[in-house]
This record gives sequence, structure tokens and C-alpha cells, in this order.
Amino acid sequence: MKIDEGPSRARAPVPASILSQGTNLIVSIHTALDDEQLMLLQRDLLDRVGRQRAKGILIDVAALDVLDSFAIRTLADLAYMAQLRGAETVVVGISPEVAMAMVRLAVEMPLMRTALDLEEGLQCLTS
Amino acid sequence: MTYENTIAEASTLPRREGDALLPELVAHLNDHRTDLRQRWAERITEAHLLSSMTPQEVFSEATSVYDNYVEALETGSVQALQHYARDLSERIIPRGVETHEVVGIVLLLRDVLARSLFTKYRDDFELLNRVLDAYEPAANRIANTVAVSFVEERERVIRQQQDALLELSTPVLQVRERLLILPIIGIMDARRAQQLTEQLLHGIRAHRAKLVVIDITGVPQVDEAVANSLVNTVTASRLMGADVIITGLSSDIAQTLVTIGVDLTKMHTVGDLQGGIEEAERQLGFRVSKATDEDR
Repeated sequence: MKIDEGPSRARAPVPASILSQGTNLIVSIHTALDDEQLMLLQRDLLDRVGRQRAKGILIDVAALDVLDSFAIRTLADLAYMAQLRGAETVVVGISPEVAMAMVRLAVEMPLMRTALDLEEGLQCLTS
Repeated sequence: MTYENTIAEASTLPRREGDALLPELVAHLNDHRTDLRQRWAERITEAHLLSSMTPQEVFSEATSVYDNYVEALETGSVQALQHYARDLSERIIPRGVETHEVVGIVLLLRDVLARSLFTKYRDDFELLNRVLDAYEPAANRIANTVAVSFVEERERVIRQQQDALLELSTPVLQVRERLLILPIIGIMDARRAQQLTEQLLHGIRAHRAKLVVIDITGVPQVDEAVANSLVNTVTASRLMGADVIITGLSSDIAQTLVTIGVDLTKMHTVGDLQGGIEEAERQLGFRVSKATDEDR
């Protein structure tokens, strides 16, 4: 596993790290991202899916207390776009509070798989 | 604003010009205490109020209420009466005394006393008017205080019981590694559904659950709201990576759901709890087999 400083980090410091492990990209988000940072992250990830021929994207949101509707939309869009480029997306580490808020907002995420934590998520991608 | 504040603000009865008559009025009520109390107790029995209490109990409570009533008239403060009314409510609520009975007896006392004032002052209409001016607002305030105290006490008891029920009613249990069951018993409402979802989600994280069996055999009625809250619980669980199997939909409930057009096609349902657990075990890769004699 190696830490890969992506091109977006040079442009603006997005508080998220992207690691590549085998054919998977592991994204862990450290603090809440604003809309611009989210878009940067989305573009960066899509670039890498093509460049590194990734088959799976795993996004860890355990550090977040809030996922607003824009963030959820961006993640759902990302899952769809990644699928178009041949990669599957799993979101892990959604806390009970965030899960309930998402249900209240009635967001639909048909293409996005979810798992309890990193370990589960990786199993989900390899199987 | 709560009732308590309202009462505290108005705990001193309004003093007006006619209030000079209040001491005289109180003296009259004190003089005829035995007589009036007796008549009041009779009226209570005639009206079939407080039927769950013995005549002796009714009489002794009537005495206390009477004295407190006169005291409130005399001092113009309903605070002592309020305390007494709370205390009384606490004692009589467990015996099944209804709100209309409590309001009824206080209004009866008001009437009995007013009658006795009519009799005393019937020769001087002008004076009677002024006496009633002094008496009526005070009497109404007292009736109000007693009724409100009773209702408040009742509500407190109900809230307490609701909280106790909520605590008891939603166990999240682990039956196999990574398999939880959640048996729901009793009526589901919005508040309970919310609390249940919360507990389940925390349970999923704590036990690292992959599958949850929610059994609703004990839920007597499932309407659209309950069905939707179940769908929400399932969606939230999936977001946390746990799949849900619903079991125990009775034939009545299945018919209702289809008739009112609730869409549960996204949910995984199995007939009964046993079936649900067997299905969950299969998905998790457990195989349960009966032990042979050699195994024992």
C-alpha cells in the first residue's frame, strides 16, 4: 500500500487521502468537505480510475458527523460515473446518526453499495 | 406556558372593592361547616360521583377539600390548595377516579356554597349581588386549580408509563455471530419507530451485524405510517451495511398492506421468525444440523 499524493492536492488541500491497494482505491475523508473540495475529489478519483485501471473505489466516511444532501448527491453521482468507467463503489463507515439523517432526507442511492467498515467494504469489493 | 406558571402568576386572587365582604363570607362558611359539608357529601353520593371510594373516604376527603376551599377563599392564595389537589390526585388516580368526577365534585361544592349564600342574603338583593361578585371569581379560580392539578398529575403518570414502556419494549439481541434479532411487540408509533431505529443502528455497529431479523408478530396493527417507518429502518440499516429480513406478517396485515397499496417489494420478508432465522443462517453460511447419538 502506498500513499499517493494526487494532482488535486497540489491545487487545493483536500482533507482526504487516496490510497491504492491492488485494483482498489481507498479514500478516507478526514473532516467535513465543502462543495468545491467534494467536486475536486470526485474529478480526481475519476481520473485515477482510468489511469490506474481501478476496479473498485472504497470511500470511508466514518470521521464525518454530517453528510449533507450535496455530499450524498456527489457520492451517488461518483458511483454512477465510476461504474461507467468500469469501477464499483462502496461507501463504508456511515454512523447511525448519518444513516438516519439520510433516510429522513430520502436520498436514493441505487448504485452505491454500503458496508459497515473498511474490512467489510474490502470483502465486498473482492467478492 | 405551562399551567403551573399560569397558576403561580395568578396565585393571589384579584382583590376588588367587593372583597371587603370576603371575611364575612368566610365566617359564614366556617359557622355552617358541619351542615354544608354534610349536604355536599350527600350531593356527591346522589350524583354517583367517586363511586370507587367508600362513603367514609368520600366524607373525609370532602372535609379536607372543604377546609382547603375555605382557606383559599380566606387567604386569596390557591397555593396550599394546589398542593393538596396534587396530593389528592396522586392518591385517587390509581383507584380509577376520572377527571369528570373531580371536576364534578368541586363544582358541586361551589353550588352548595352559593345556595347557602342565596339563602342567607335573599332579603337584600343588592348585598347578595355584591357577595356573589366577591365569591364567584374566587370560586371559579379554585375549581380551575383543582381540575388543572388533577389533569397535570394524570399526564405526569401517563408520561412516566410511556417512558417505562419505551425502555422495555425494544431489545436488540444477537443470536449468532453477526446476526441480530429485533422482536417488536405492541403498537408502533412515530416516536417508537424512531427510538427503535436508533437502537438497532447502534446495535448493528456494536455487534458488527451483517443481518438483522425484525419480527413483527407482536404488532397488532400495521398501517401506512408503520409500514413506511419499517422501510426507513431497513434503508438506514442497509446504509450501515446490514441487510434486514422482516418476519411475522400476519395474514390480516398482509391483506391490509396490499389493500392500502404500500410498496414493500424492496423488503425481504419471510413467514415466521424461525424461517427468518433459518434464511439468515443460510445467507451467513451457517449450517445447523441435528446432533446424532454419537455426537452427544
